This record gives sequence, C-alpha cells and structure tokens, in this order.
Amino acid sequence: MKIAVVVQRYGESINGGAELHARYIAEHLARHAEVEVLTTCATDYVTWRNEVAVGEEQVKGVRVRRFRVAQERDPLLFGRRSDHVFKQLHSLSDELDWMEAQGPNSPDLIQHLRRHAEDFDYCLFFSYRYYQAYHGARAAGSRAILVPTAERDSTIGLALFPPLFRGVRALMYNSPEERAMIQAVSGNHDVPGVVVGIGSEVPQNTQPQRFRQKHNIRGPFAVYVGRIDQNKGCTELFEFFQSYVSDPASKLSLVLIGNTLLPIPAHPRIRHLGFLDDTDKFDAMAAADLLVMPSYFESLSMVALEAWALGRPVLANGKCDVLKGQCIRSNAGLYYETYSEFAETLRSIEHNRWLNSVLGRNGRHFYRDQYDWPVIERKYLDMFERLKKEPPRRLEPLPGWFQRRRQSLPPAEAVLERLPVGPAIDAPRDTRRRA
Amino acid sequence: MADFNTRPESLNVEQIMDQIRTRIREKKGVDYEEQQIQELAKAKLDQLLDPRSVQTDLLDRLKKLQPSFEAPQLPSFEFEDTTLFDSTRGLLRTIRRLLNPLLKLFFNPNPLIGALHTQAKLNAMYADRETKRDAMRLAGDQLHYQILHNLLLEMTRATLEVKSLRMRVESIGSRLEFNERRTRGLESSAFAMGSERGSDRHSERAPDRHSDRPPPRMPPPVQAPPQPVGSVAPSPGPSPTMPQSSGQPADGAASRSRRRRRRRGRRGGGQPGPGAPAPSQATGAPQETDAPHGTGAASDAPPAKDDLENFGGAASHPSEAELPSSAPDDGDDDPQ
Repeated sequence: MKIAVVVQRYGESINGGAELHARYIAEHLARHAEVEVLTTCATDYVTWRNEVAVGEEQVKGVRVRRFRVAQERDPLLFGRRSDHVFKQLHSLSDELDWMEAQGPNSPDLIQHLRRHAEDFDYCLFFSYRYYQAYHGARAAGSRAILVPTAERDSTIGLALFPPLFRGVRALMYNSPEERAMIQAVSGNHDVPGVVVGIGSEVPQNTQPQRFRQKHNIRGPFAVYVGRIDQNKGCTELFEFFQSYVSDPASKLSLVLIGNTLLPIPAHPRIRHLGFLDDTDKFDAMAAADLLVMPSYFESLSMVALEAWALGRPVLANGKCDVLKGQCIRSNAGLYYETYSEFAETLRSIEHNRWLNSVLGRNGRHFYRDQYDWPVIERKYLDMFERLKKEPPRRLEPLPGWFQRRRQSLPPAEAVLERLPVGPAIDAPRDTRRRA
Repeated sequence: MADFNTRPESLNVEQIMDQIRTRIREKKGVDYEEQQIQELAKAKLDQLLDPRSVQTDLLDRLKKLQPSFEAPQLPSFEFEDTTLFDSTRGLLRTIRRLLNPLLKLFFNPNPLIGALHTQAKLNAMYADRETKRDAMRLAGDQLHYQILHNLLLEMTRATLEVKSLRMRVESIGSRLEFNERRTRGLESSAFAMGSERGSDRHSERAPDRHSDRPPPRMPPPVQAPPQPVGSVAPSPGPSPTMPQSSGQPADGAASRSRRRRRRRGRRGGGQPGPGAPAPSQATGAPQETDAPHGTGAASDAPPAKDDLENFGGAASHPSEAELPSSAPDDGDDDPQ
C-alpha cells in the first residue's frame, strides 16, 4: 500500500499542531505502508517563505517531496479579505480569493498530485483550511482522505468547505466535538469518518527529580506547556493564578514552558523556563501536580494527552468544548469557566491527593485505551480496509462563473454562531444549539 | 479539605464539578451574572421606589423622555443698508434707488438702518449661544442619566455583596461560638483531670506520712494572673485547680475506685463529650499519671484556664463557676 501525506509544512523542527500530527502519522504509517510526504518549502506559517530546498529528502526514514510556494502571504491583504468573508455578505469568488491570500500557494504541488494521484492508494490531507488541502483534495479525487484538524473559529463557516467535507473519501477526526461541528456545517453524515486523534512519543523513564534539580524547583507546581499567548488563554490564567495564590493555604507554583508572546507577571510563584526539549518537557510534566490548559480553542490538545499518558490530571478551560469533552470522557481532568471554579478546582486537585491520583490514573487508562500508537495505527489501517469495500466518492464541482460571483453567502461568523456548542458526550448534547 | 462523595471506581468528573459548583454557591451565595444584576437592579427599583411613577427601564425611559437635539431653524437676521430699499423686482429696485435722494430730504434713514443692523447681529449671537447651551444641557442630562443608572447598578451590587458578607460573618460567628464551647469543654475536662489527679495523689501520699521517708518537695504554687475587668470573681474557698494537700481524710476505697475509672477511661472505655479529644491531649498532662511526685497536671492547669478565659471570655459564661463539676468523669466520682 502506498500513502501520500499532504501537509503545508513538514520537518523535525516544525512543532505546529497539525504539522506535528502529520509527521507522527507519516512515521507510524511508514511501518505498515510506503509513505511519501508532499509538502512545501516553507517553514514559517505567517509568510510561507521558501526556506527549504525544492526536491526530495528523507526525514526520519520517510521520503519527503517539497514544492515551491509561488507567492508569499501578504498579511494586509489576507487580513482585509478575512474581514470581508468573515463579517460581511460575500460571494464564493471572494472566498476563493481569501484562500489564495491565505496560502500556501503551491500550484506545483497541486499539479504533481493531479499527475501522480493514481500512484497512491490514498492521500491524507491535513488541515482543511489551507490551499494544499482544498485544491489538493480536488486534484486527488476519490483518493482523498481528510484529517481536518478543525477548530471552532470563523473559517469553518465559509461556504468553500462543506462540499470538501462531503466529497472526500473519509474523514479522520480529532475529537467527537470536531465531528459534530463538521457534520453540522456540512451534513456529511454518510461520509465514512472515525475519531482518531493522535498519540505522542511519551518516554517511559521520565525523571521528575532531574527536572527539579536542574531548574531548582521545589514544592508542588502546576505546569503549562505551549505558546504563551493571549489566544491560548494565558492572560486569564495569569490573572486567575495570582488571585489563587494570594490564599495562604495554597503552596502551588506555576511553571510555564514555551516561547512567550506576552509579558510574564513578576510573581515569585510564577516561573517561566522558556522553550525546553522533549526530555525536559516530559520530566516537567511528570514532576508537576497537574497540567493547566487555559486555551479557548483546541481541536485536540496533545499536551493534555501527554499529561494523561504520564498520569497527571488536567485542569482545562471549560469554554473550550473539546477540552471539556476530553475531561468528561476521560474522567481525568476538571474544568473551569469562572475564577471561582478555577480556584475551587485547582484547590481540590492541589489538596485532595486521592482525587489527584484517581484523575491521573484515569488519564493514563484513557490515553492507553484511546490514544496509544497501536490504537491509532489500527484505526487508520481499519479505515483503509473499509474504504476498499466502499464505492469511490466525487467532490462536487465548483459552480459556474456567475454563480461564484453572486453576493449571497452569509458572513462566516454568522454561520459559526449557528453551530452546535458544548462537549459531544452523547447524542442529545450534539443537537444543542446556541440560544 | 474538600472530599468528594465518590468512590475511586465510580469517579465522575461531571459529578465532581456539580459538587464544586454547589460548594461555590454555598460559600459565596449566588454567583450573579451581569445580566442578573441588571434584572435585580430593576427589581430593586420596583421595591424601593413607587413603581407607578418610576419605570424599571430607567435609562431607556429617561432617554426617550428627552427628544434628540436638533438645532432650530432660525430666521435670517441680516440687515444691511440696502435692505430697506430692496425688492425682488428689478424695476422697482431701480426706481427706489433713483428716488432715494428725494426720500433723504424728508428724513434721515441711516440711524434706523444702523440700529436694525446691530439688532440683527445681537439676534444671531444670542441664537447661536442658546443653541450651544441646549446641546450642552442635553449632553449633560444624558451623562447624569448614565451616572444615575450606574449608581443604581453599583448600589445593587454592593447590596448583594453586603448580604453575602453578612452571611459570612454569621457563619464565622457561629464557628467561633462552637470553638469557644469546645474550648470550655476541653478546659473543664482538664480541670477535672487535674483536680482528680491531685486528690488521688493526696490519697496516695497519705500512707507515706506513716513511713520514715520525708515528704516529697512540692513545687511552689503558680501565681494566677489577675482577672480581666468584668470577669466573674473567683469563688471563695479552695481553688478547684489546686489540689487540697491537707485537711481531708484519705478515702482509700474512693480513690481506688477513681483510679480504676480513670484507667478504664484511658483504655478507651470513657465517653468524652462531643468534639473533645482524648484526655491526655486535652489536658496536656504527662502520660505517666502514676509518677510518684507528679507535679504536671495539677500545676499546669491554672495558667491554661486563665489563658483560655482571657481569650475566649469563658469566665463570663454561666457554666464557669461549675467548671470542675461539669467534667465528664465527675458524675462518676460520687460514690454510690
């Protein structure tokens, strides 16, 4: 079996969520099939500047074929077009222009797919929102399998994508919430789909003491791992945590791991360690009492899964449907929406050792049952087997010239407002709609 | 510490979150959202003021009552020297201009023209000033309405907070009262233990008097600190905290009985009062009660009593005079 993995960026040094997801999947599927990665020469997702040579190379045993990006992103133009399609009545042509502005525009990659799609049994497209996934899936035809990595943002409300969700051969979702959202926006209930997610390379021999000694950290602490950014809810986290530690009963510190785009509050109980390698990161998570995930938008939090794999409970932002759903399904984390809930849940995890250990144990079981690599690989292979027996599907063609220019599409934000909210725990919850 | 009524095998995060939310509600009262505060503010208006005259949607109503400001259409106040002789008809205007010197033979129109010109200027100036003043007054009114509205909101919020704080004070007060009672219970059990031990020692020492050995040296009595102002004066007679060292005949049977009961108590047979810890913890006395010259329990008790009285105001409590007799073991001391 020959599989193509198509993704916007690829490389060992690229740590974006979808890109890392694609790399892990490619490396693990390479044990079962011949895998070739088709990607661009860009490494920066803001500019899509060509920074890696065109051609073939091997990355951790996987063949990677890179194509040139024809045009770098103009942030001003992209911002203007985003405002237009997200907030105003617009046409399909406007959305196609938005896609061009977003990039990464690589006609060479699409052309290659059009010519060589038949060489592959299946083409896995990562991140539905990008140029290579949208146009590449059309080029690959009935071989296209989409790993959408969709978040609850305005992009999901664009009219470009429902035909894509309905026309691909299968979808590999990250979470039940993502599946519910995509099914609600596109009505693709008949398209084969499975909630897969992704595993992680969690080491078995983490050494918490080594981390404590290396960074001179004593006492209990909560850890945050990821980009320290307002969009990730870190501002709220700082505010809540500083209020929480004003209670003298609390001995907890907050350790931040990752690059920062925000000023870190100068507080004796908040430590920023910057970007750490995987060894230190996993040691830190093993040494921590819990992991905090304050993000509002996640399609699947790999960090939370890693914390669970290490038997650590998670305190998540309950306003993020996916994180809340993961906590409820796993019974391995608590969630908060207000400061009162933050303080009370954090206090419970900090002081109630029984609760802490049971949540951690549940997390370990949840990871082992749902996200361990053999489980993930099996889900992919089962889907490939299943698709062999099912008839091929065709993507709906784009409408004609005049139809594409009709200013009749609602703002994407308005579409997003109508989508179901809340964690997808059971069927009735899926049908809940925003009031 | 917070515990959850769930067993490990049936841990349910949603259930835990429900418990946490319940606990939050119990702690703070109701957690009001901004919208709820707005509704409560409206409700307060209805309750505090006459609902027939004051509307709950105060701000909207006040804004509606005041029409939006539009600058008035003022007439033209312009008056020039030609205005008097002006006409829409060109021929008439020409004839008037030709006859103007003749008119000036009869009277001088210039002062009249000057006066009207000045008046026109004044009219325009006053009209402009009035328009500006109206606009400013309207803006000020809007601001006052907004301030009034915000004050109402803040007042409602403050009322809710006061209510919540009052509940907290009540809760803390009841907790304090409970702690005081518990302290007094502990203290009385300490006294009881101390006095009992003192009388036991006295009865134990009684046979020693018949021996040839000299009596053991007793430590000097502890000086009791002065009673706080307003406290009940100590009852006359022998202090309950100090054992009677002489003057009472030794009752061997009774003391043996007490010793037996005390041993039973130490073995766990006793029934301490609610919230009272084990006697050895409560009194702070050494464990070795059979020490030959035991000076700990009897001599340590008075300062502890005084400290507790001074702190908790226990001296003013009605049960203070009966402290020794209210100890759990005292009822058993009566020989049957």
